Amino acid sequence: MRELKILAVVTFFSVLIYILVEPFAHSQMHKHVEGHNFTYTGEADIAEASDEKKAVKEKFWSEVKTIASLKGDATAGEAGFGMCMGCHNGANMNMGGAIPPNLDHAGAIYDKNYLIALIKDPAMASNVDHKYADTMMHPMGSVSSMFTDDQSIADVVAYLLEKKAGEVTPKEAYKEACVRCHAMRYANLTQLGETPKFKHEKDALAHKIKVIDEQDAVKAYMGKLPPDLSMIIRARSESFLETFVENPQSQFPGTSMPRVGLSAEGYEKVKAYLTEIGDPSKPERERLGPWVLGFFIIFSILAFLWKKEKWRGHH
Amino acid sequence: MEKERRDFMGLGLGVFTAVGGIGALYAMKRTWDPLPSVKAAGFTTIDLAGAKDNELTVEKWRGKPIFVLKKAADMKKDPRDIVINNEHYHVSVGLCTHLGCIPAYKKDDHKFLCACHGGEFDVSGRQIFGPPPSPLVIPPFKIDGTKLVLGEEGPEFKKMKDAGLIA
Amino acid sequence: MAHFDENAKPFGNKWLDERIGLNTLTRVLQTEYWIPKDINFLWAMGMVLAATFGVLLLSGIFLLMYYKPDANLAFDSVNYTIMTEVGYGWLWRHVHGVGASIVFLIIYIHMFTGIYYGSYKRGRELIWLSGMALFVAFSAEAFSGYMLPWGQMSYWAGMVITNLFSLGSIEAYGLVEWIRGDYVPGDAYLTRFFMLHVLLIPLVIIGLIVLHFGTLRLPHVNNQEGEDFDYKEAADLYKAGKVKESKVIPFSPVFLSKDIFVMGVYFILFFYLVFYNFEFAMDPVNFDPADGLKTPAHIYPEWYFLWSYEILRPFNKDIGLIAFGVAQAALFFLPFIDRSPVVAPAHKRKLFNIWFWALVVIMIALTALGKLPPEGIYNDLGLFFAVAFLCMGPLLVWITIKEKNEMKGA
Repeated sequence: MRELKILAVVTFFSVLIYILVEPFAHSQMHKHVEGHNFTYTGEADIAEASDEKKAVKEKFWSEVKTIASLKGDATAGEAGFGMCMGCHNGANMNMGGAIPPNLDHAGAIYDKNYLIALIKDPAMASNVDHKYADTMMHPMGSVSSMFTDDQSIADVVAYLLEKKAGEVTPKEAYKEACVRCHAMRYANLTQLGETPKFKHEKDALAHKIKVIDEQDAVKAYMGKLPPDLSMIIRARSESFLETFVENPQSQFPGTSMPRVGLSAEGYEKVKAYLTEIGDPSKPERERLGPWVLGFFIIFSILAFLWKKEKWRGHH
Repeated sequence: MEKERRDFMGLGLGVFTAVGGIGALYAMKRTWDPLPSVKAAGFTTIDLAGAKDNELTVEKWRGKPIFVLKKAADMKKDPRDIVINNEHYHVSVGLCTHLGCIPAYKKDDHKFLCACHGGEFDVSGRQIFGPPPSPLVIPPFKIDGTKLVLGEEGPEFKKMKDAGLIA
Repeated sequence: MAHFDENAKPFGNKWLDERIGLNTLTRVLQTEYWIPKDINFLWAMGMVLAATFGVLLLSGIFLLMYYKPDANLAFDSVNYTIMTEVGYGWLWRHVHGVGASIVFLIIYIHMFTGIYYGSYKRGRELIWLSGMALFVAFSAEAFSGYMLPWGQMSYWAGMVITNLFSLGSIEAYGLVEWIRGDYVPGDAYLTRFFMLHVLLIPLVIIGLIVLHFGTLRLPHVNNQEGEDFDYKEAADLYKAGKVKESKVIPFSPVFLSKDIFVMGVYFILFFYLVFYNFEFAMDPVNFDPADGLKTPAHIYPEWYFLWSYEILRPFNKDIGLIAFGVAQAALFFLPFIDRSPVVAPAHKRKLFNIWFWALVVIMIALTALGKLPPEGIYNDLGLFFAVAFLCMGPLLVWITIKEKNEMKGA
């Protein structure tokens, strides 16, 4: 009885320390950001916008809503998509900014509202309009001259959602949504994609120079080289990653990281890839855990019985 | 009776602990295993097209030297030869089967001489003098055109293996 | 001249006894190493610590096989090679990381048990001192080990802690650079702390553990009531078969059987943390590679250093350092600060009892504040508890002198 009382005291203080230095301290260190489950209605953008920008943003997102309610025609959208292919052609060529992403699974990983907003005004959709306040134009800014009426936007988005969807692997999702800025060295990925094997050092170095050139271009555009994401799944909390990817400005106001517009499903794919590379032991940990715990539970029971035998007659 | 029961409990705990210990030993054994990346790097492709008669070239496979010798018309043929387009090649791991030194090729005498303990091998890698107990080892190979993939067992290698010729 | 039986079976009992005194060893260290019967599970913490040290040693050996002490390679050797490629490498790392953190929880429980029951007096001073030396050695081991993954927390902890050696206004930056072997923590720094972590400090720890056990043998461990009884008499009673009446039990197997049960329960908690709740011991920030041009938004030491780190914070640099130094040294001198000859559990010593729980509360408060951002109310609380901590020493002197006088008066 007395031992249990002592155990209760020890447990109380241990748990108290844990709560104070872990959940409590972290809740004080990091501000709480509310997620919107990867839907894009501009709500957060309008709320955090400065007064003079509020009206513009409200108008923009209400127009997006209008377009979203139009019925898009995928067949008509195919022709429009041809214009996209001018840049989004998988040629790995930087045309200012970062390399235009491959859109093979755009319909499967990006949100519909976001796609509409992006075609209407890329800077607004990505919530980085503050970067283009002066004369600088968003690298995809010319899109507004390609899709001038609401119906054409609705059509091309319908085309993406119907024809550019399909099954997408976690790796494809990462390569389409992230790799143009974020290398992942543990997966052999740079801003140029997978690094091939070279037989001769000279070829390897030549490739490396191409990678550095691309990194310099991204650096010039973003202000600094976006971090390698090999270990990011363990370096940031789940809620941080979610809310940051959904709206980077919510965590770091003024950051040059654009919103990429992943849908909830798209984010799940990307997260699966980050986990596969950054925390590969997770499945094995989960498999082995119960066995080891079970072992020590049985061990403790046996040890208790042994102890009882040894102490028989001592009290 | 009482005493026996007591010992039984201690024994039970001991045996159970040993089972856990074996599990831990297994994990330790796995930690000592070669890494997956090391195993994946265990394949090397060499091209035989450029080989010249009676001229030894040395390639590297899994950290070991690999002898490649194209036989001239006057050199003795052997079932251990790798034959591609009617050309005979001797390909072997260039480590003496005595204690692992690298034998030197004596071009004019058509034989390999190991400097460590004087072992000698002929152009087919068969030991002809000194302490080596067996011929130079033929590495697993697969013929792919004029190329050899080392580390993979092709049909020609399997045939040699079945005939007991590889070492 | 000793007599050796020529017919004794090699490696048999008799053969060994004649050569290394097997029976004497067994008697002195096990079957007739008497432990008081009136104890509770807190007395098992010593063996729990020994077991945890063993687990750390073992897991460390396997981490050592693929770790690279090089500023360019260290991070990837840990996070890629060990965590991804090496079979069960992740298991050793999680066990090592969690073990390094949880060992301090047990050390603190062990220490506070000693304080609560007054187990540092009446012949047990050296037990306390060698134990405190172990605490220091474990702290150094933990710090040096924390450098090795070479993440952001490693780098900036290395930067901050080595800067302490500039000794405030003395500005001994030459000393700081000497410790680092560089202007900033770099390759030389990482390699020398690697050496300290895997060789020098473990050697010291093993030596101190032997000493700690040695200091225990003659005075015997304390018991729940602080009762001083005749061990020989109690032992004779036990050997005569009156185990119920005797106040002692042999270390092996009776005391050990309880230790092993406590260890079993402890390892359930330990492995629960290893598999399901390891972030408290493996800080996410340290999964960002070291970057000498970017300090993380929040930096704080591991939880077991927080209380002493917090003592550093509320004062200016010089006073902070002095307060920090005093706080580190104060606990060492406990057997000499406590002037009362009373050896009894705190709940039987009125004022001391209040002092003890106040110490627990102050140290937990400092621990919590050490991790909270140094702003607003947390600053004021930090100053308050730091001053309170520093007052605890003089207060103990006063309390125990009073206790001593009351005893004389009675």
